[in-house]
Amino acid sequence: MNPLYIARSPAVAARRLGDEMVIMSAVDSTLYTLSDVGAVLWQAADGRTPLAEIVRRHVCREFAVDQETALRDAEEFVRALAERGILLVSGEPINSSAAAEPAARAATAGPREETP
Amino acid sequence: MSLMAKIHSKALALGIPLQAHLDITYRCNERCEHCYLEHDDKGEMTFEEISGLFAQLADAGVFFLTLSGGEVLLRRDFFDIVARARALLFNVKLKTNAVLIRAPEAQRLRALGVEQVNVSVYSHRPEIHDAITKLPGSLRRTLDGIRALRAAGLKVAVANVMMRSNFPDQRAVAALARELGASYLTDPTVSPMMDGDRGVLSLRIPGQALPELFQDPDLVGDPAEFCAPPPPVSDGDLNCLPCSAGHTACYISPYGDVYPCVQFPLPSGNIRRQKFLDIWKNSPQLAEVRSIRTRDLPVCSGCSHVASCTRCPGQAWMEGSMRGPSSADCEKSFYRTGIPSANMLARGWRPETNDAFWSDERQGVGLVQIAPLPQAAA
Repeated sequence: MNPLYIARSPAVAARRLGDEMVIMSAVDSTLYTLSDVGAVLWQAADGRTPLAEIVRRHVCREFAVDQETALRDAEEFVRALAERGILLVSGEPINSSAAAEPAARAATAGPREETP
Repeated sequence: MSLMAKIHSKALALGIPLQAHLDITYRCNERCEHCYLEHDDKGEMTFEEISGLFAQLADAGVFFLTLSGGEVLLRRDFFDIVARARALLFNVKLKTNAVLIRAPEAQRLRALGVEQVNVSVYSHRPEIHDAITKLPGSLRRTLDGIRALRAAGLKVAVANVMMRSNFPDQRAVAALARELGASYLTDPTVSPMMDGDRGVLSLRIPGQALPELFQDPDLVGDPAEFCAPPPPVSDGDLNCLPCSAGHTACYISPYGDVYPCVQFPLPSGNIRRQKFLDIWKNSPQLAEVRSIRTRDLPVCSGCSHVASCTRCPGQAWMEGSMRGPSSADCEKSFYRTGIPSANMLARGWRPETNDAFWSDERQGVGLVQIAPLPQAAA
């Protein structure tokens, strides 16, 4: 399988709020909070590290889950975020100019969304 | 509870300043007759100072950042400031007159990921708008700016401060906003000058004109509901916080002064002398603001309007006491419901006057937020 790369969209705002990560899309003003796993993926989405490596390094270790299951769930999750414009997903490394600066650490359930 | 409400509630519980409003300059290319600012530059923060402040605000948890002025585009480093704010992942909203915005500026703001731009428009008629801004041709230039922002794909809100001279045009301004693909915000707030001068208050809408506005469904939703008599006051109402100023929101001037809100100019510290978080956590002024619950308001806690009033603690402070009434909001409650406030009764109001009795000494209009029109599609 070809590696998948993820990067934070430049069109979002994000801030850690206590134990969760709040994200807002500048495109449609939709507000999200991210789960602990989602926040880990968001945090590590540098456009250069393959998703499988992110999962192996961060998700499997921190959440005691096997690589195959974690990667399958992670792929589904990042594609859902990509559909909402929160993450960029590509089969190639993503240029840093297309992605946002690293964000603060995160946590909780999600993504949940709401139009304020 | 909506997700936004949950986030605000969580920020309140954690003592996090979720929203900050920073005026990056008081200089302006317009001279609006109602403006509460002095426009001379008294020593604005440099880019380096603002950049350092942004880092502190991000560390403190600020998420919603409003950049305003003055006219923000008069700063030569304006785009560097926005870029720095976005690099720190703030949700950035701008307030501008858009006179200096054309396609290149609009596209740049879009590329930087600005969420919304609020643009002041006072009338659809140049003779009214330009007379308020005292800048000939300003309406045409402002509308060109809005069109450029919309063409770049930015969300725009037309912000209309209603005053004596322009309130008859408010429906036409709302229609203009719809035509431009912008949302519409309107507000009858005219504040005293920051130095306390109250001369600008004569520009306010006459109180007797308020009932007509309060019956406009485009502004208030269901007028019957909006103008209904206040519900009985509960213990929960009395335990409420008067507003978010100083609790989850703050204002910072171009000179680094920190206040609870732009409408509440209580000096609480200066970031040139202290770290922002030190001010936010330890300012005695902010501590006093935070100590107040509705039940602590000597007059308002006994008022039948207390649960539905738009009382502004900043306006109350400018009238003499942050625990006192914001008498312009008493006036609005009266004209909304026909029921006098406790403040009015205490000051001798009688039914036969058929007016909020102190009309000859009217104070500033408080921070009323008449419901905005639904957001236009971006």
